[in-house]
Parts: sequence; C-alpha cells; structure tokens
Amino acid sequence: MNLGIPKESHPGERRVAASPAAASRFVELGFDVTVEAGAGDGASYPDSAYEAIGAKIGSKEDAFSADVVLKVRAPRDEDDARELDLIREDATLISYVFPAQNDALVASLQARKITALAMDCVPRITRAQKVDSLSSMANIAGYRAVIEAANEFGSFFTGQFTAAGKVPPAKVLVIGAGVAGLSAIGAARGLGAIVRAFDTRESVRDQIKSLGGEFLTVEIEESGEGGGGYAKTMSKEFIDAEMALFREQAKEVDIVITTALIPGKPAPKLWLKDMVETMKPGSVVVDLAAEQGGNCDLTEPGARAVHDGVVILGYTDMPSRMATVASDLYGTNLGHLLDELGGAGTFNVDLDNDIIRGAIITQEGEVLWPPPAAPEPSPAAKPTPKPAPEPAPKPAAAAVTPEAPAATSEGGGFSGKVLVGLALTALWLWLRFGSGASNSVGETESEFLQHVTVFILACFVGWQVIWSVTAALHTPLMSVTNAISGIIVVGGLVLATDDVPQVAAIIGAIAILFATINIVGGFMVTRRMLRMFNK
Amino acid sequence: METALITIAYLTSAVLFILSLRGLSSQETARSGNTYGMLGMAIAIFATVTADGINQYAFIAVALVVGALVGRNMAAKVAMTAMPELVALLHSFVGLAAVLVGYATYIAQTKTGSVFETEIFVDVFIGGITFTGSVVAYLKLKGSLSGKPLLLPGRHALNLVAALAAVGMGYWFTTFDGAEGLLPLALMTVISFALGAHLVAAIGGADMPVVVSMLNSYSGWTASAAGFMLGNDLLIITGALVGSSGAILSIIMCRAMNRSIVNVIFGGFGTGGGAPAPAAGSAAAVTGDIQETDVAEVVERLAGAKNVIVVPGYGMAVARAQHKVQEMTELLREQGVNIRFGIHPVAGRLPGHMNVLLAEANVPYDIVLEMDELNDDFPSTDVVLVIGANDIVNPSAMTDESSPIYGMPVLEVWKSEFVVMMKRSRGTGYAGVDNPLFVEPCTRMLFGDAGDSMDGIVGALRERSGS
Repeated sequence: MNLGIPKESHPGERRVAASPAAASRFVELGFDVTVEAGAGDGASYPDSAYEAIGAKIGSKEDAFSADVVLKVRAPRDEDDARELDLIREDATLISYVFPAQNDALVASLQARKITALAMDCVPRITRAQKVDSLSSMANIAGYRAVIEAANEFGSFFTGQFTAAGKVPPAKVLVIGAGVAGLSAIGAARGLGAIVRAFDTRESVRDQIKSLGGEFLTVEIEESGEGGGGYAKTMSKEFIDAEMALFREQAKEVDIVITTALIPGKPAPKLWLKDMVETMKPGSVVVDLAAEQGGNCDLTEPGARAVHDGVVILGYTDMPSRMATVASDLYGTNLGHLLDELGGAGTFNVDLDNDIIRGAIITQEGEVLWPPPAAPEPSPAAKPTPKPAPEPAPKPAAAAVTPEAPAATSEGGGFSGKVLVGLALTALWLWLRFGSGASNSVGETESEFLQHVTVFILACFVGWQVIWSVTAALHTPLMSVTNAISGIIVVGGLVLATDDVPQVAAIIGAIAILFATINIVGGFMVTRRMLRMFNK
Repeated sequence: METALITIAYLTSAVLFILSLRGLSSQETARSGNTYGMLGMAIAIFATVTADGINQYAFIAVALVVGALVGRNMAAKVAMTAMPELVALLHSFVGLAAVLVGYATYIAQTKTGSVFETEIFVDVFIGGITFTGSVVAYLKLKGSLSGKPLLLPGRHALNLVAALAAVGMGYWFTTFDGAEGLLPLALMTVISFALGAHLVAAIGGADMPVVVSMLNSYSGWTASAAGFMLGNDLLIITGALVGSSGAILSIIMCRAMNRSIVNVIFGGFGTGGGAPAPAAGSAAAVTGDIQETDVAEVVERLAGAKNVIVVPGYGMAVARAQHKVQEMTELLREQGVNIRFGIHPVAGRLPGHMNVLLAEANVPYDIVLEMDELNDDFPSTDVVLVIGANDIVNPSAMTDESSPIYGMPVLEVWKSEFVVMMKRSRGTGYAGVDNPLFVEPCTRMLFGDAGDSMDGIVGALRERSGS
C-alpha cells in the first residue's frame, strides 16, 4: 500500500506531515512511503534522511497519487494550486480539515470521493490521546509563546543580583491552563520567571502548582468545567470579578500569555484595551487564541502590533515556527492513527472505532461529519432490550480477540441485525395472534413454535449484549449469569400447589432449595468481587 | 396475581436481566448491573409466589430460607483463589434443580402429549449432563480429582452409544401415557449423568476456563429447556441469555488458545502430556542451559527498572501470592517505576480469574491490562516478572510449527531485557510442552514457591526504600 507525504505548499508553513523517525514507523506498519522532494526542508529534514529509513523520494504527483496521503494542512483547492485534483478517487487523506470553517473543502472532498480523516476532529478521549495532534501542537505553541515573548522582552526572565545592581524576575501571567497554557507555565518557570496562571476550572489548580505556577482564582463559586476538557462560558458576575482581577494583575505583570478558547465560539475577550494601557511599556502580550479572533482587544491575527509601547503578538503559526519537533510529534500522532486503521496489511476505515468515527469527514462521496453525539460516559447505563442494540461502543472483547467485532456484525451489519430481529418479532406475532391459535392446552405444537421464536430472539439479544463485556469482568459475569440461571426456581415454585401430587411438590421444593443457593450465592459473590475492583 | 400482571412482571424481570448483563460490560456499571439482576430475580420470585393456585407456602418458605442461608454462607466464605470451584459447584446446582423440576413436572402432569414429554426429556437430559459435568469440574478444580484427562479406550464410541441409548430411552418414554414412564426417564437420567461426568473427565486441567464457561452455557440451556417444558417465557429468555453468554465466553477462551471448541471438548489435549510425553512427539526438543537467579538479583533489577510488567498465571493463585504482588507493586510505584500487569485471556482456571485475584489484593484495575494492550511494549520493558505462568509465555507458540500450542497468542515476554520466571520446578506446563523461554539468554529462573519468593522480594524492597 502506497503512502505519500507531499510538501506543504501553504505560504509560511514549514512543517511536514512526518519526520524521518515518524515515517520509519509507517514503514514498519507495512506502507511504501513516498516523500515529495524537499518536503522536509522547512523542518530541517533533508531528503537523504527519508531515504535512509526506506522511503522513496518522488515528485509532487507521486506523493499525491498514493493510496494514503498524509498532510499537515488540508490540500489546497485554489486556482494557483489544485492539489485536491491530484488525489485519486477512493484514496485516503489524513490532515487538518477544520470542517466547521471549511464548507467548500468538505464539499470538494465529497465530490472527489476521497476518504478524509481530520486530525483536528480526533475525539478528546483517553484512548485517543496518542492520536491527539491538537494537544501536541498546543504544547509546542505554549512553549514557543514564551520564547517569542522573551525575544520581545527587554529584560531577563530570571531575577539577578549583579555588581551592576539588582534585576527583578519577570512576572508572567498565563490565562487558560489547557495544554498550551501548562506548557507555557513550564517554559516560563524554566527561564526563571514568576508565573501566575488563571483558569475558570478549579480542577487544574494542582496541575498549575505542580509546574511551579501560582493559581489565581476569583472568590465566586462556579465551575468552568465544560465538555471534552474545555472550559465553558461563565456568568456575568464571574466575568466581572475576573476582569477586576486582571486589572490588578495588569499593573504588575510583564508578560501575558492568553490561551482561552471555548469550542465552537469566537475566543472570549479577556485582556481589554485598558489593561494593555495599564501595563508597563516594554511588556509583551502573546495571544495564542489569535486564530479564533484573539483574547486581547488589540490582537492583529498573524501579526505583531504595538500599542502604547506594549507589544502584542498575534502569531498564528507557532507550531510551524518549531517545524522540526512539530513535524516529529505530528508524524507520531499520524503513526498511531494509521495503527488504529490497521496498518497497511489490514487497512480498514472501521466506523465502529470511536477514534476513526470521530475523525472521519467524508467517505465514498458521503459526508460523515459531524459524528453522532458522543456516547454517554457509561453507555451501559441505558441499553435497550431491542434485538439489535446500538452497535456496542467498540466491544471490549475485541481487545482479546481481533475477530470479535466481525462476529458481532455477522448477519450483514447493523441493518441486517435489525432485519433479523424484526423478522423474528413478526413471526412471533403471527404465531401468537395471526394463525388463529388459541393458547389452550392441547395446541402444544403452535405454543411450542411460539416458544421457539422467543428462545431464538433471546439468544440473539444475549449474543449482542455479551460481546461487549470486558475480559477483566469475565469471572463476575460468570457468577452473575450463574445467579440468573437460578431462575429455574420458578419451575419449582409453580409446583408448590395443592393441585399436584404431594410428591411432585416436595421434589419441586428441593429444586427451589438448590436454585436459591445459586441465586443468593451467585449474586452475593458477584457483589463481593465487584467491590474489590478499584481504580 | 392475575395472569396478565404476571406476564408483565416476567417481562420486567427479563429486561432487568438483560440490563444486568449489559451492566457487566464495564467496571463503572458492573455494580448496578448486579443490582438489576437481583431486582429482576426478586420480581420474578414474588410474581410466581403470588400467582393463583400457589398455596404450599410452607414448602416455599423453608426451601427459600434454607437455600438463601446456604448460598450466603458459601458466597461469604469462599476464597478468591477458589472462585473456579465455587462457580463450577453453582453450575451443578442449576443442573440438579433442572432435573428435579423435570421429574416433579412429569409427576404433576401439568400438560400431556408427546411434545410435552419430549420437552421434559430434553430438560432432564441437559440438566443431568450439566449436573455431573459440573461436579467433576468442581472436583478437578478443587484437586480432589487429578487434573489429567481420563482417557478411556474408545471414549468417542462410548459417548456416541450413550447418546444413542438416551435417544432410545426418550422414544420409549414418549410411548407412555400419564406418569407411567418413570423407568425410562430414570434410566435416561443415569445415562446423562454418566455422559456428563465422562465428557468433563476427559478434559485436561489447562482447558478448565473453557469447560467452566461451557458448563455456564449448559446451565443456561437447561433453564431454557425447563421454560419450554413449563411453557414459561421468562425461563426461556433468561436461559437463552445465560446460554449465549457462556457460549461466547467459551469462544473467546478457545480463540485465546487458538483451538476449536470441538478440539477442546473431544480432543483430550491440554493435559500434562495427553499421551505419555515421548509420544507427543515431534515438537523440537529444547536444549540449552537455564540460568538461575536469586531474590537479591531480582530486587536489584527491579529497583533499577523504569518499566516493569508482571505476568501472573495459575501459579500465583496456587501460592496465594497476589497480596505480596500488590505490596511489591505499591513499593515500586512509590519509586516511580511504571509497573503494569499483563493478563492472558486463559491465565488461571476461570475466565478473568487473574483480574479478580488482583482486584482482591487492591491492585488498581487501570494498570491491569489485556495481552493485546501491552504486547507491543515488551521491547521497551526492563524487567518482566512471570509468576507461575508457563504456556502463555511460551515462544514456541509463535515459532515452532510442530508445537501443540503453535498459533496460540502468547505474551511476548522474551522481547524484553530481563525476564524472571518464578516457578516451582523445571517441569512443563499443563500443555506438557517444553518452554524454550527458560533457556533464552534474557531469562533467569527463580525456583521455589512463588509466595516465598515474593516475600523475599517485598522484604528486600522495603529495606532498600527504608534505608
């Protein structure tokens, strides 16, 4: 299977989709890797380094015509660069897409029948962390923000006592302690500055402290915890208190790094014009939210601005400014995604895989973005007793047996399962009501058939439900099914009546006894075991 | 209670049972799953007891109370290492109860006709096999019976004759009207008992995870058969759920050993040699020197390691070493060592057995991983501790086509830097296969009881961290 890495043609973009080290992982996964000549130049990776790990160097066309095309930025579809047309139909493209902002691009991908996976749409779940390039890039951006600030700042970061006098340490305020913010805190501490950090989420307090930062907060009880690791919009009182805090800080701090983003909305305005004017001349504001409009009133996205002697950096290409490491981390993220896709040998865009389902934009001429709402944190909490439940969120059993998911989809996938279930239900209804059979004793044949249908339906449900059980819980599963099979107690109970010979009732009672041992023993031992499973 | 109400109650129970099984799919929801199960059972029993015509309350009360007390005692007392035995024993009770219900129903003659008689017959037959099969499995797991397979000459023929004879009895049985056919029913019961015992007796100790999950499945089918007999949909549904569950577990276990279910049931492999060892044959003999080590060196290595993986096997359960292992884990984690557990699907004698033992010892479940989750990590692992496991770390499963376990997925411990095999002796594992891992240059053998060895390691680690 061919895999192509073209040169990034977006003006100013220095990154490449993979470093030679990351590309060697693709080779291990079984891909024939073709790299466009000069693709790694901007990131200081010469062609020879790619050849050394077994990749071929080719033309732009070679790289774009591969089965799998890896890029950083989405292929360009403008008149001067028609990169999208170079990609074959049915090829797979993995790059940043930002589908919400790029309708035209999504439409072109759909029209060209390209299978597109967006690195920016990888779900933010624990299992997907190794694929999460937004985090790796944010980490770089946070670090670079400090370096850019230091470059503009006319003094030391660390405090010094010299023969020529005392220099106080720089004071850095980081707003928003996400991945980028934490990275900035670490970098600024590393240079010796006093670092303060503000975040609406109480949960990041320890993380800030662990990096040596001071956690600033306002005295209002409100959690800013939003979904997917992001913060949410706060109430007016909270924002007022927050602004008052910032005005205080503006008098003291030398460097402000803002990283506050709220998903799906323009960046909140947090560092206002009057705060910039309060700052000492020579201070620096770095606005990492510039691409989404900026956290600072005066930010000019992509550019350096100066207001009242304060430098405001709105660069939007921080990761590209560190193209060497950015390409390496991005390539490693891609490698993990290719691994999820099965490598070259068993390449399969498996929509049951939640990472892939989240990232996929278009496939076979269909737009699959946005993905269906993320499953509840505990999907098991609301299952349906229908014959065909939701395609189990990645059956855990699959980890043990790679074939397991295939088994769940026997019978022609999801719709097939529904059909089988409906057909069985219809058969039962017909037998029960349609064939004119009454339920009286003697018509046992028809009754028997009804029971057979119920039996098959139940097997079907059981089969669907059990595949998702995680291997660690097999023993509790076994003891709970054990308890449940004690339902045979009902067989003994219905005989506890005067209508049957006494001896039958007595034998029935013995059966009740044994079944009860099972029920009570099974449930209790399961409870005992489950209590022991702790994180 | 009216019939319609009972139907609704049964439906509710069935739904709760499904929720219960679904809840078991993850640690977070497992406890509520168990509660759903209890609730479903309570509703089912209550609805049945309050049904019209049920009036022998003394019988019911005595049986329920005694059964509950016995069950509670068993559940409270059992050691986690003895879980396989308990599970097998509980299976046998379902089988026995099914047989009893079959007889009682026949005597009561709640219905008539050949379909009804066939249903009784099937119920008793499956119940009988489940009963004795589980009893034998229980005795084997407990150690009262040897783990070695009992291989009678012509055993396949014997099974076949027994099955045919049972069918013959069944035909004879249906020729009787009323409750006159007790003799063929009794004869058939004896045959099914013998068949169940013989089937399980022929299966070796290492295949017990499959056997136990298979019996789990049988106990479900038994309940289903009883449901047909009584015309009770709740029993049919519940039985089918449990039956499918057991069947899937069996399949998972078989895949983990790369063997077909037929091969496990009728193969008689798995076994401490099966046939006397030399005959087993052509598997390449293992040559080379094994290198022994002692506790001091192991501790030295552990203290200097960054990544450690522990691979527990049945030996850890036998030595009851899980608490010591946990202490070691805690000590190493305090030192910043990244220690994890690699669990093979068939480690132990029950699916998921190792997970339960480690959970009992309070090992956090997020460092207990499945084979596939960490098999790629062995090359970057400094020390692997194999505690009482053998076949699941045998490299010949991947390299030696003549090996009986060839093709079985294994934990690739030999790719790491240093492997410590804790083992009681140099003998082969249950599969009776030589393990070339012992002579790998990276492997050191730590002979002796795993519990004692772990004691030594924990003691030495404590001293180090104390000083």
